[in-house]
Amino acid sequence: MLYREAGQFKTSYQSDQAVFPLLQDRIGIGVILLIAYVAIPLTRNDFLINAMMTPFLIFTLAAIGLNILVGYTGLLSLGTGAFMGVGAYACYKLTTFFPGVNILVWIIASGFVSAAVGVVFGLPAVRIKGFYLAIATLAAQFFLEWAFTHIPWLYNYNVSAAIEVPQRELFGLIVTGPRATEITRYYIVLTILVVMTWFASNLVRGRIGRSWMAVRDMDIAAELMGIRLLPTKLLAFAVSSFYCGVAGAMLVFFWYGSAESTVFSINQSFFVLFMIIIGGLGSLLGCYLGAALIYMLPIALKFVPGQLGLPIEPATVEHLTFIIVGALIVFFLVVEPAGLARLWQIGKQKLRVWPFPY
Amino acid sequence: MDLLYSIFIDPFVQMWQAPDLLVQTLWEGLVAGMLYSLIALGFVLIFKASGVFNFAQGIMVVFAALTLVGLYDILRHWGVRPGDLAAFLALGITIVVMLALAWGVERVVLRPLVNQPDIILFMATFGLTYILIGGGQLVFGGDSKIMIAEDLYLPKGPINIKAFGGLVTLQKLDIAAAIIASVMVVGLSVFFSKTRIGRALRAVADSHEAALSVGISLEQIWVVVWFASGLVALVTGIMWGARSEVSFALDIIALKALPVLILGGFTSVPGAIVGGLIIGIGEKMTEFYWGPVMGGGTDAWFAYVIALVFLLFRPQGLFGEKIIERV
Repeated sequence: MLYREAGQFKTSYQSDQAVFPLLQDRIGIGVILLIAYVAIPLTRNDFLINAMMTPFLIFTLAAIGLNILVGYTGLLSLGTGAFMGVGAYACYKLTTFFPGVNILVWIIASGFVSAAVGVVFGLPAVRIKGFYLAIATLAAQFFLEWAFTHIPWLYNYNVSAAIEVPQRELFGLIVTGPRATEITRYYIVLTILVVMTWFASNLVRGRIGRSWMAVRDMDIAAELMGIRLLPTKLLAFAVSSFYCGVAGAMLVFFWYGSAESTVFSINQSFFVLFMIIIGGLGSLLGCYLGAALIYMLPIALKFVPGQLGLPIEPATVEHLTFIIVGALIVFFLVVEPAGLARLWQIGKQKLRVWPFPY
Repeated sequence: MDLLYSIFIDPFVQMWQAPDLLVQTLWEGLVAGMLYSLIALGFVLIFKASGVFNFAQGIMVVFAALTLVGLYDILRHWGVRPGDLAAFLALGITIVVMLALAWGVERVVLRPLVNQPDIILFMATFGLTYILIGGGQLVFGGDSKIMIAEDLYLPKGPINIKAFGGLVTLQKLDIAAAIIASVMVVGLSVFFSKTRIGRALRAVADSHEAALSVGISLEQIWVVVWFASGLVALVTGIMWGARSEVSFALDIIALKALPVLILGGFTSVPGAIVGGLIIGIGEKMTEFYWGPVMGGGTDAWFAYVIALVFLLFRPQGLFGEKIIERV
């Protein structure tokens, strides 16, 4: 940015290891949080809050989950949608079994259920990697999707074969179900995301994250350095599925309100995968940027040509979205495999040394 | 106890008592498996020659079929005599489109990504998949269409055979598909073993560097091999489209070629064919005899679970080369 680290001395180990070592960065994050917590709710714009921000935040969380697996550990997974579904269905079952318990507890607990399922389907990663593993996760995707429709116990024998979110209260405030306000849901989603992002950023900076990255960069070398591959990979699967599970539970409980198994189809998996490819593999910032781009793109395509006086049909929007997303994938893989996050970094570096070239 | 009976005893009793149904189920599985084999064949061609795991192969099948039908509609709209002329004109143009696609993919995706990790190329084919889905629907419309099977002189109608104490129904179309598929496989293997380009292709499959050093153009080979699998995709698409309808809803079924590959091995053409048949038959048998116990719809995941088991115990597949990326 237009500021430099000059004059900001690190005098303790603690300040050396801070997530944001620069004062200006800390101020920047503070401003972003202020916008998210105060300015956006103040607009009282339902469309902005409910149709854009809430799903964007939820998909960001799913993208963080997948990025831990794909970007940090180097294990490609195509089962994100199914793991999100496990979270959603687990949360639904838990809260209908024990209606009295705080819903947030169940949202987090459903993450653990999803993590357990993720570990089971992650077991092939012991022996295989690359697209072999991708196909193994496809097995998870299709098997779980089948389970969501063909095991009626999962949706409490509803006639509609869908899970409908019951009304739950938190400290006297309705937080789920049709009567919950958009702002309440937004605040809960935002808070969970902020906490979990903070947790993930510390996780990937620490010993666990470093061992993940060592496995990603060269598994044999990592093994020789004393990293046990099996627990490391399974932990990556567990943490990743945990995040995806929580995201899935939030998707249904705080956004859709009710969902069928089709919500968690293979397309959802691709959707999240594209977010991290475009946003940046192995970057938490990339998850935000990618989720924003992929989620906002169809909305923008729907509204911008309309504003410019070019009528565009909904079907065409959908097709155009597919083409643009596909082209973006190829473009980023060819031009900048580290995604939007890397572009942001380059821009920042350029500004840091400005007006000199380097 | 009932459950155990219905899993371990009852299906076999049914098979014994109604052999006509068994034969019918086997035949249906065989036909479905043939189509999986054909898709897997396209995968194997590309994987052998360029080391790219082409996720878009399944979509190329649908894209080719959609292009054919869409072009037929457009030609008819322009006043070309409907019937065989328009159909074969559309077929010709579709082949040109597949060639253009092969060239474009080589130029835009493969060439800039040479020497990148396999997984990056794999993900690039996701992008290709989405471009094809979006592009195909944008040009030819998203509604499902009917394959012009009759104009291409594909036979129609059932043949009923009295056998095994009952009636076994075979669709003429399926028999034709089986013949065409066999002819194509034989043709491809002749092409690979006898022609100049085919030999160059095998050389590239063996070793890129060695092939380059004897003066084989990798770029040209890649275009050829993508075109070849485009043609395979077109044939598969016609067969498949004639059985059901042409729409991108087929893509889920097209993904089934992936477990077929695991079963047969990534680099083996016979593996792709045998794997496809095994998956096809296994899936239909499971659905027919064991499906009711499990609530139906087992064919959605059967192939993948088989692949998962194979991955755990024999990752190179039935016929694949042993050298696989292991941990």
